[in-house]
Amino acid sequence: MTEQRVSYTLDSTLETVDSAEQAASRIATEAGFDDDEVMRIAMAVREAAVNAVLHGNAYDPGKKVNLDFERTGGDLVITIRDQGKGLDLEKIPDPLAAENLLKTSGRGIFLIRSFMDEVHINPSLTGTEIKLIKHVPGTSGHVKEASQ
Amino acid sequence: MSMKTSTRQVNGVTIVDCSGRITLGEGSVILKDVVRDLLSKGQKKLLLNLGDVNYIDSSGIGELVSAFTTVRNQGGDLKLLNLTKKVHDLLQITKLYTVFDVKDDEATAVKSFG
Repeated sequence: MTEQRVSYTLDSTLETVDSAEQAASRIATEAGFDDDEVMRIAMAVREAAVNAVLHGNAYDPGKKVNLDFERTGGDLVITIRDQGKGLDLEKIPDPLAAENLLKTSGRGIFLIRSFMDEVHINPSLTGTEIKLIKHVPGTSGHVKEASQ
Repeated sequence: MSMKTSTRQVNGVTIVDCSGRITLGEGSVILKDVVRDLLSKGQKKLLLNLGDVNYIDSSGIGELVSAFTTVRNQGGDLKLLNLTKKVHDLLQITKLYTVFDVKDDEATAVKSFG
């Protein structure tokens, strides 16, 4: 597969969340995913963008969100970076635990993990990078999945 | 498409017909305002018809949970009607499908409020 990369630098606004979702939907469609998978990928990117804008950059107009889409080998790799203080992974509650079911927030990372094949979260003092990977159907690296 | 709502009364139950997207920002705010307004008018039997809601994100899910607990805390009840497959699947994987009382027939749903 020819490697392709598209990058965006976005403001810390709600419009960025919608833009990220729309870009993900378009690129996932171009990569050959079916409608259901496109929806899942776009939602995962939306949730990651929400985290970056709200929890990472806290709507700070001086901070940006970087969004990269890369098709490499048999994968669609999506990277979202913010410039916040770094996500504390230990503070993310399990939204499926009985005591958390009726909480009004805390489901974003869970949904991202549910919808993508691989999720790598790398928090640092200068921001959080979240890498979302989805195996592209019909590519040589994922023949088994494509044939199912 | 942003979210739109309209309300109607059937046998003492307030049905809120929702359409569009319930997402962070406008969609969640509209839902919150509608529920708060209905509660302030003493309307505590609420049936959210989500048949035309084609998208909901984690913020929208959070707003549904918030509406549910707010209505319950005021002695009322909030049920969901006509989930699309996407919304149904989201409630399944977040284990909220068993928390909400979900109906797929309006007449049956209205009767269930007693």
